[in-house]
Amino acid sequence: MLWFLLRRTGVMLLTALCLTFVVFALTNMPAKLETLAKTQAGSRISDAEVASWLERNGYGQPMLRRYGEWLGVVPGWRRVDSDGQMTGRCYRLAAAGATETVPTRCGLLQGHFGTSTRFRAPVAEVISDRLGATGMLMLWVVIVMVPMALVVGVLAGMREGSRTDRSLSTFAIASTATPEYVSGVFFIALLASSTVGVSPLLNSWGVIDSPVLFQGNARSAMEQITFWNFALPVMTIALFGMGYIARITRASMAEVMTRQYIRTARLKGARFSVIVLRHALRNALIAPFTVIMLQIPWLLNGVVVVEVLFSYPGFGWALFEAAMNNDIELLLAASVVAVIVVLLTQLISDVGYAYLNPRIRVA
Amino acid sequence: MEQLGWLAIGGRVAVQFLPVWAAMALVFAVSIRWKRRLGLYGRVFDSRVGTLGFALVLFWGLTALFADLIVTHDPFAQVSQMRNAPPGTPLPDPAGRYEVFLLGGDSIARDVFSRAVMGAREVLRIAPFAAMISFMIGIALGLPAGYFGGKLDTGLTFLANLVLAFPVILLFFLLVAPDIQETMLPVTMAGVLFVVPILFLTVLLNARFFTRPAQRNLYVGAVLVLGVWAWSGLVFNADPLGIWGMSPNILNVFVAVVFVNAPTVFRIVRGLTLDIRTRDYVAAAQTRGEGPWYIMMWEILPNARGPLIVDFCLRIGYTTILLGTLGFFGLGVSPESPDWGSTINDGRRLLTIHPHAALVPAFSLMSLVLGLNLLADGLREESLKD
Repeated sequence: MLWFLLRRTGVMLLTALCLTFVVFALTNMPAKLETLAKTQAGSRISDAEVASWLERNGYGQPMLRRYGEWLGVVPGWRRVDSDGQMTGRCYRLAAAGATETVPTRCGLLQGHFGTSTRFRAPVAEVISDRLGATGMLMLWVVIVMVPMALVVGVLAGMREGSRTDRSLSTFAIASTATPEYVSGVFFIALLASSTVGVSPLLNSWGVIDSPVLFQGNARSAMEQITFWNFALPVMTIALFGMGYIARITRASMAEVMTRQYIRTARLKGARFSVIVLRHALRNALIAPFTVIMLQIPWLLNGVVVVEVLFSYPGFGWALFEAAMNNDIELLLAASVVAVIVVLLTQLISDVGYAYLNPRIRVA
Repeated sequence: MEQLGWLAIGGRVAVQFLPVWAAMALVFAVSIRWKRRLGLYGRVFDSRVGTLGFALVLFWGLTALFADLIVTHDPFAQVSQMRNAPPGTPLPDPAGRYEVFLLGGDSIARDVFSRAVMGAREVLRIAPFAAMISFMIGIALGLPAGYFGGKLDTGLTFLANLVLAFPVILLFFLLVAPDIQETMLPVTMAGVLFVVPILFLTVLLNARFFTRPAQRNLYVGAVLVLGVWAWSGLVFNADPLGIWGMSPNILNVFVAVVFVNAPTVFRIVRGLTLDIRTRDYVAAAQTRGEGPWYIMMWEILPNARGPLIVDFCLRIGYTTILLGTLGFFGLGVSPESPDWGSTINDGRRLLTIHPHAALVPAFSLMSLVLGLNLLADGLREESLKD
């Protein structure tokens, strides 16, 4: 088990290294650096000014060396300014004035994620703020999505081929066919529009005082989360994610229901509800557990779409902003976070699977 | 002319789709008449879910085909005074044009209906082909990885997991951008990725016909000539006859979508190969002295077709969703493009006041993906029966 965990951690580190290098290479292509210089120093600067801006800010060195600087294995660049001041990568991260305590290396290994050029703040700060907001969103998504998916899957799978099964399966398929940007649009038009959908109707009947039932903009959820400003983003992500989990649960449940011990339980006269809840459910939930864990990184896609659509300033929104402005260090940090989430959920799903299913032994 | 009611709008839309209805009726009549002779395809009509899914897919496929006959207006033309017009608004001055905007006008006064119909063509021009190329790459790499195992398998699996660990959306943000299109990166990637289908077909035919050199030379030669012709046109835009060609925009999108999809296909094919490799008929072929590529291409692959066909349907749907995501973020498509993702993105700014401009493409995209998923479900059900 220990060897397994060690090997997995090794693969994880190697993957993270490769991926951050790819992100680094893609964000540091000459064309992208030019875009960065123009967004930072003004859009109408000449090519010579772009080159000198890049040179002055440490982007002029070879790419591998800068990747090393970001990782913290190569000393950060430094040079003497025209006014005799020392400046460099690490000087900007250190507190102003404290020039003698500036470290030679400042990168990921030293705990410095760098500075965001888009938000003009340390990346670590931006990421932790935004991740907190997204964490709240994800928490509610999981709270809504997982029980809903399991209930739908179990109800559909316990009597395979019945009318309940057919209609719930079709619902699950329909939900996987509705990506977030489609269901979000449907929800907003139906529930959060002052001119169409149910809101004007409810308003004219006097059921609600405000012009809209739900808020189509979730920015106010940053201060206070209410049902009315948070339900739509949560539902939008949960709906797309739940279909797949429900289908896996259904397949797993249907398979368990054909087993010998279920037949035995039936023959000894146990009630159907007892069979489902006590005999079948536990064994049927092993496969969905893995799928739920593997589904979590996939939610990131939906998080970006939903946060942009409902203008909720979380991690996905920050990622979108960073990508649009080629904010290199924020993008790198975001990819580190994403890779860690992906690989951790994979690890948890493997370990959990072995734990739930005693027939599997981790070598 | 008066503002049209919902019934009149429905009727007129149905009339516009007449060529599609006729072609659908024909396809259904022919398929159901001879469904017993059509193998797995014919058996789709035995399942209600499968039939419904096939009908939806066929509808959009034929819409894309006949788009020129269906549209009522030029999808790019702006008509004065029709900005954000509600569905069924008559044109102030038709002057020989179709007299109504059936499903209203968008924020810069273009016909929503015509744009949605043309959007089907935009989407179906990319999604099935991207799925097909992903499949060929996944198969060409997954078969040897599963069959030979060892270092090759470890290496390829690590690469596939590497791509899969990459958040799709981040990859799209980084890879699909105008400043990337100016570099050699998309062309290089396309050059590498698009060679794989040619290699795949060459190996496929060579493994079967190498004992009959005359036939082999004919087939492999034809594949190579056609393949290199298409390859030079698609990748480098250097087709001397100008039949094959892709704008840098589309090429960029295509490469990104294939790059994201191929590893998943690779994993599926590898898993299937690991399973089928242990069967008796593979052992029989090995005893017969068949070469490894013959066994992979002509013994293992045909026996893995059931799950692969099902996944192919799902993958076209998933690719459609990915294309929509790209359009939604305004990546890689021209701002004028009528594809569904970008029209949803355009429409969402005024979503709470004039929702029709976003709802029509949203509904179209959903129905196409739903059709593909239902079709996949029907196919899975029918292929499990034998």
